Order: sequence, then structure tokens, then C-alpha cells
Amino acid sequence: MLVQKYFQSERFVPDKDMDACGLFGVMNISGKRFGGEMAINAIKNMKVRGSGLGGGFAIYGLYPDYKDYYALHIMYQNKNLNAKRRVEAFLKEHFYMVYDEEIPTNPDITLFSPPIVWRYFVAPQKKNEELAVPDDEYVVSRVMYLNTNVDDAYVFSSGKDVGVFKGVGFPEEIADYFMLDRLYQGYIWTVHSRFPTNTPGWWGGAHPFNILDWTVVHNGEISSYGTNRRFLEMHNYYCTLFTDTEVLAYAVDLLMRRQGLPIEVVSKIFAPPMWDAIEHMKESDQKLYTTLRMTYAPLLMNGPFTVIIAHHDEMIGLTDRIRLRPITAGAKEDFVFLSSEEAAIRAVCPDLELAWTPPGGEPVVVRLNSKDHLLSVNKSI
Amino acid sequence: MSRMNGMNVKFGYRDNFLGDIRPVDELFAQNVIIEGNRGVINAQGMRHKEINDVLRETAKKGVTDITVNNVFGQRYIGTRLYFPQNHKPLTIEINKFPGNDLGAFLNGHKIIVNGNAQDGVGNTMDDGEIIVHGRAGDVVAMSMRGGKIFIRDNVGYRTAIHMKEYRDKLPVLVIGGTAQDFLGEYMAGGIVILLGLSLKNGEPHRANYIGTGMHGGVIFLRGNVEQHQLGKEVGARELDDADKKIVAKYVHEYCSHFGGNAEEILSGRFIKLLPVSLRPYGKIYAY
Repeated sequence: MLVQKYFQSERFVPDKDMDACGLFGVMNISGKRFGGEMAINAIKNMKVRGSGLGGGFAIYGLYPDYKDYYALHIMYQNKNLNAKRRVEAFLKEHFYMVYDEEIPTNPDITLFSPPIVWRYFVAPQKKNEELAVPDDEYVVSRVMYLNTNVDDAYVFSSGKDVGVFKGVGFPEEIADYFMLDRLYQGYIWTVHSRFPTNTPGWWGGAHPFNILDWTVVHNGEISSYGTNRRFLEMHNYYCTLFTDTEVLAYAVDLLMRRQGLPIEVVSKIFAPPMWDAIEHMKESDQKLYTTLRMTYAPLLMNGPFTVIIAHHDEMIGLTDRIRLRPITAGAKEDFVFLSSEEAAIRAVCPDLELAWTPPGGEPVVVRLNSKDHLLSVNKSI
Repeated sequence: MSRMNGMNVKFGYRDNFLGDIRPVDELFAQNVIIEGNRGVINAQGMRHKEINDVLRETAKKGVTDITVNNVFGQRYIGTRLYFPQNHKPLTIEINKFPGNDLGAFLNGHKIIVNGNAQDGVGNTMDDGEIIVHGRAGDVVAMSMRGGKIFIRDNVGYRTAIHMKEYRDKLPVLVIGGTAQDFLGEYMAGGIVILLGLSLKNGEPHRANYIGTGMHGGVIFLRGNVEQHQLGKEVGARELDDADKKIVAKYVHEYCSHFGGNAEEILSGRFIKLLPVSLRPYGKIYAY
């Protein structure tokens, strides 16, 4: 039982710390899978960017043996076994369950109030009129149902061949808890070290945020959260995790998966050029950017942010348009890195060939079997 | 937050800055080699407070020439090195990648970086010199109030934000490459020289909103810049003879650190950016 700490006077209450989260992502562009060592050591190098109140990893190419099935990672808060029974009854009704198990954890690592964490490999079990619904839509709506209707149960990872591992602790502790470096390999690793400032540090609120195979890790704060959230609710996305980053994950799913926009366009929706910058563009660009700003005004992400967005085959780094949060990209042979701090990349890859920092709003797009990430170099410093 | 079980969210908080700091004697004994007035520190795995503790300990032993190796992102290096009694300024060489706020509040020492620096180089630096053989990140020379900073390559956003001068304190920042947006934002004093050596012939500087809110000091800018890249609070002027002397002095100094042909650099076209008002927002906030 947790008891609120007693403070003698206001003066001794720890101040609201304003710091920054730490982000790191590494991808092998030839698709070769590798272990978590680089991601873990890099985020450890940026320890001061986090506060031990949240850490997490997203790994792509995680479950090659089950890559045709949706891998649902579900946490049950407060050891609520009733929630687990309800969820499992729901899953049996709406999915074919191929395999399920408790996600193995290391009993020697003590963390703050860990939930029960389970994974299920499932295929949609559609009935009648549902047969026309695409699989991805079917899964999204079931995930939204569980997250909004079953207390203490949160589906925090729902993609194919991808998995999120997260919790309250420094990211290296989360890695040790889930034994990531020993058990798993992937061709993209993104990691987040959290320094929550406005919203609570709890297991579901740690990053990455995921829906299907989309994940987002985020540093900053999205002050347009209310507007974004209302717009997303009109498209059947419900925010349940008490934190601003969630809207980014759903916005990415809406724009990129449902509407099929490329990230180069999506980045200009999230971080559009200023009106006075648009004024100095050539006419066709003016038309494009004006249209985007008007059509997608409620998805403009206001406030300082840096995000690393990933899905199969792509890892994208993007900052707000006046770069109020840092990002550095780096490359060596087939490895491309995105990081809050350059030194973290250097620490895990001392013979880095290239390091660059894009301007605000300019995405660094790292694609499988391509050199697209180099497109941003010329605009960078 | 009933769903969160009334959890005290501060419960899991640990001090990410000062937790698990090792005693300085132990670190000093294990990681420092001293020969005469020269010292070498191996910073592998040190937290940033530990590096500064060890730096201070090393300086107190009379060492004035310190090399710090295996630096990867530790912050605030060179801060807290204030010695009241006739202490000679230190020369600190850093290999290779210092973290944010390098030389914060720097008190007259010289820091040489043999690699890239991150954000906040020379934050509120008081006096001394920082020389970066590479590039630097955002908010270089933020609130700097004295001394000199030389950056060989490019710099990021908000360079020289709120740099200031006072009586005999005149900070100088020389950048070899170009800068990203908001160069000289809210600048209140001092000299910024931007050489644009990393740009191709005729290519304009990267920065937009140059000198937004600027109300003191001067920016000397070599190379091309479009009118719309300038903030509303600055005006562009030609250099007079006194200006040319100042620029020549610091360009020669830049070349003495990083090489290059000073005369060739000086033959390029410079403009001078000055604030058009000492109180650009006076009408908004004064009532």
C-alpha cells in the first residue's frame, strides 16, 4: 500500500522539475536484426534526461515466428485478475488465439508497482458483416474497446512482428526487467527515457505509444492536446493513457495508415511552415502548404516536441517547426541513429561516419533498403 | 485519477543528477595522472558532477593544463571552477564529445574541444575562452556576458540568445559556418561574427528570424542573407573602418585556432546587423 509522503510545509515539496525526456532510435537499413545493446547503452548515456518515472522500448522484427499474427501486449494494473478474465473472454470471442504467455521478467529487478504483463498472439475472428472490415480496422476498434471499457487493463502494443516493453523506472531497468538484451532482436529499436512534468508517471503512461505497428516516442509537450484529441475522437480514437503523446500515435495511424499520406506530408501537417515562410515559397508550394494547414488545422501539434515515429520499414525523426527540443541524426554503414543528444550516438558508435541536425519541421526519414535519410543532410547543420 | 489507485507519482522519483555520486578522492586516485603542471583525467563512465569534482580537485593540486579523455555527453564541464586566490586560469582540453552547457558560468578558463559540442555552449559564461574544433548545437552563448567563443563549423538554433555586455565586459562569439533560426534572438550586447565558410558560393545563410527581439550588440555577417530572413527588430548596415578592424582581429584569431586564410575570408562581403530600437517591446509591456 502506498502512502502519500508527509511534507512539513509547502517548501519541502519537490518542485516541478522541468527537464527533458531522452529519445534514441537505431535502425539497420538492410533489415538485419540485432540486439538491444546499443539502444540500452545510448539511453543510459542520457540518464539525466529522465527521472526514473518511465522508460520503454519498441522493437521491430521482434516475433519472426509469429509475424502473421497481431501480438497484443496487455498490462493488468493493481494485479487485477478480474480484468484479465474479462479481457481474455473478450479476446476469445473476437479473435483466434494462437498462443499466449506471461511476458517473462527478471525476478531480481525490483520496480515500482509492476502490473501483470501478458502477451497474446491473435488473428481476427470476424462474424457476418464484420467480414468486410479490414483486419487493421478490426483490431484498432477492439483495442479501443478494451482500453476504454475494462478498468485496469491496457493494451499497450498491438502490431504484427513488433512489441513495446515499458514501465516505471529508468529505461535500462526496464530493459533488465524484461531481459531485452538477452531475449530479443530487431532491426529497429526505439527507446525513451521519461521525465514526466505535467502528467503522472505510471506504467501505461511510459513511452513508446503504440497502435498496430506504429510507435511514437516523444520529448516535449503537446499544448494542442485538447484540439487534437477532439479531432481524433471524431475518427474513433479514444485517449485513455493520461498523457499528451497518445494523440501523436493515433494521428500517425489516421494519416499514414488510414489516409495513406507519406511521412513527408504528415510532418508538414504536424509541424507546418509559418505563414510568413509560406509567403516566400513558389506558388505550387504555397498552394500545397496552405491547403494542408487548412484541411488539417486540428492536427497541428503545437508546443515543443521531438518525436521518433516508427513502423515496419521506417523510422522517422521530427521536431516542432522552431525546434524547441533537440535531435541529432547519425549514420554508419547500414546503421542510422536518431537521438536527443549526439554524444549518446558517439558513445555507442565511436566511429560514426556522419552526424547532422535537421532544421525544425524537417523529417529525417530512415527507410529500409534506401538512403532516404541522407535527403535531410543538405538542409541540416 | 481514481483509476490510478491514488498513487503518489513522486514515489518512484530518484535523483538523476546527484544520485550515486562517488567520492572525489576515490575518483581522483583512480582516474587522474599528474605530471608537473599537466594532468590527464579519464572520464570514462563518470557522471557530470564527478567530472567537475575531479577537475576541481586536479586544479587545486596546482595543475593548470588538464586533458579530459573519454568524454561522452557529460554536462556542465568547466563550471564551478572558481578560485579566489591568485589562481592561474586553466586550460582544459576535452576529448571528444562534451554534453550540454559546456563551460556554464565559466570563470576565466580556456576550454578546447576536439570534437562536436552540444547545446548551451558557454551558457552565462563570465570570462575565458571556448574553442570548438567541430560544430555546436542550440543556444550557443546563451546569456553569455564575457569572454570569447570560437566554433569552427555550424551552430544550431537561438545562437547568442540574450547575450549581453556591461562596462568592460564584452562577449565575442565567432562562428565559422552558418547558423539555424533565431540567431541573436533577444540579444542585448556583445559581438557575434558569422563567417558562412560552410556555405557554397552564393548560398544564403540557413537562419531565419535573425535578431528577432534584438536590442543591443552587433552581428557581423559574411555571405548572403535575404531581407525576409531578418527579424523585424534589426537593420542591416555597411561596416565602417572601426568595424572592419574588429572583424579583422577576430577573423585572424579564428584562423590561428582552426587554420584558413584570414585575408581571403576578410575579402568576402560583410554586413552589420544592428537593433533598430533599444526597447522593441516597450510599447507592449510598459504601461
